Amino acid sequence: MKSKDTFKLEPSGDREIIMTREFDAPRHLVFDTLTKPELVKRWLLGPEGWTMPVCEIDLKVGGTYRYIWRHAAKGAEMSLHGVYREITPPERLVHTEQFDQPWYPGEALVTTTLVERNGRTTLTCTILYDSRETRDSVLKSGMERGVIASYDRMDSILAELAAS
Amino acid sequence: MFLSLKVPSTFLLTGPNFLYNLSVVQPYGYELKPSQRLDATFAALANATRRAILARLASGEASVRDLAEPFAMSQPAVSKHLKVLERAGLISRGRDAQRRPSRLEAGPLAEATEWLADYSKFWERSFRNLDTLLEELKRHHKERGRAKRQRRPK
Repeated sequence: MKSKDTFKLEPSGDREIIMTREFDAPRHLVFDTLTKPELVKRWLLGPEGWTMPVCEIDLKVGGTYRYIWRHAAKGAEMSLHGVYREITPPERLVHTEQFDQPWYPGEALVTTTLVERNGRTTLTCTILYDSRETRDSVLKSGMERGVIASYDRMDSILAELAAS
Repeated sequence: MFLSLKVPSTFLLTGPNFLYNLSVVQPYGYELKPSQRLDATFAALANATRRAILARLASGEASVRDLAEPFAMSQPAVSKHLKVLERAGLISRGRDAQRRPSRLEAGPLAEATEWLADYSKFWERSFRNLDTLLEELKRHHKERGRAKRQRRPK
């Protein structure tokens, strides 16, 4: 299976989202890409057009990190910061996560584990939110059937807008 | 984790209900900044009764009385939920003093869904970048290993 087909994002328990992904590389390299600013800013970019002009990482327990993304064409900016709680290279990393934009209320706790097998690494990222309500909002707000029906209408509206 | 601030003031100006909103209801939710609006949307959606009300409204407008019945709730209780939904811009309410029918508004929900779709897309996309970067790091590592072995005295 290709690595890119292994991406999974699902709810767990009351307050968590779990994300998993396999990489064709040993875990010490994956750990580096999560913790070295010169590497983080090369991949943690999301969709086309975003760059990460600011990536500061103070990799120690109690140390902080700060990411700022920019989309020049849209004139948009996003920023995220947090504090490292646990650092166990090359297998485990725990940190808090808070957006400066209120995407969701409060702070989330992110636990990343890396398991290596035959030179391949499975990354598991568990995001623990303040409350069940927040998790549900982030993950599946409006997934109820009736609301999905209305999304179909909105899809076409948005498609039109995107085309115009 | 994250998301782009998409949708658009253009949506608010061109959405099919824009004229209706402008003339009939006070589009409270639309006066918030996009990030605040998203917050209000998610807060409003974080309640099973309110999601059920939205699901009901997806099949057509309804009065407070229409809504109170299936939910076995008092009309004042339903009204409270409707107020939260209206503040978040998720519904609008007609002027008819008797019925004040509620109807679903597409804008904020579209932003919320886009947020969710983007969340997943963001990571998929980033992880694909990471695949490429890891290939490069592996090559680098191998080359360094080879260079070391060659330097080692025999």
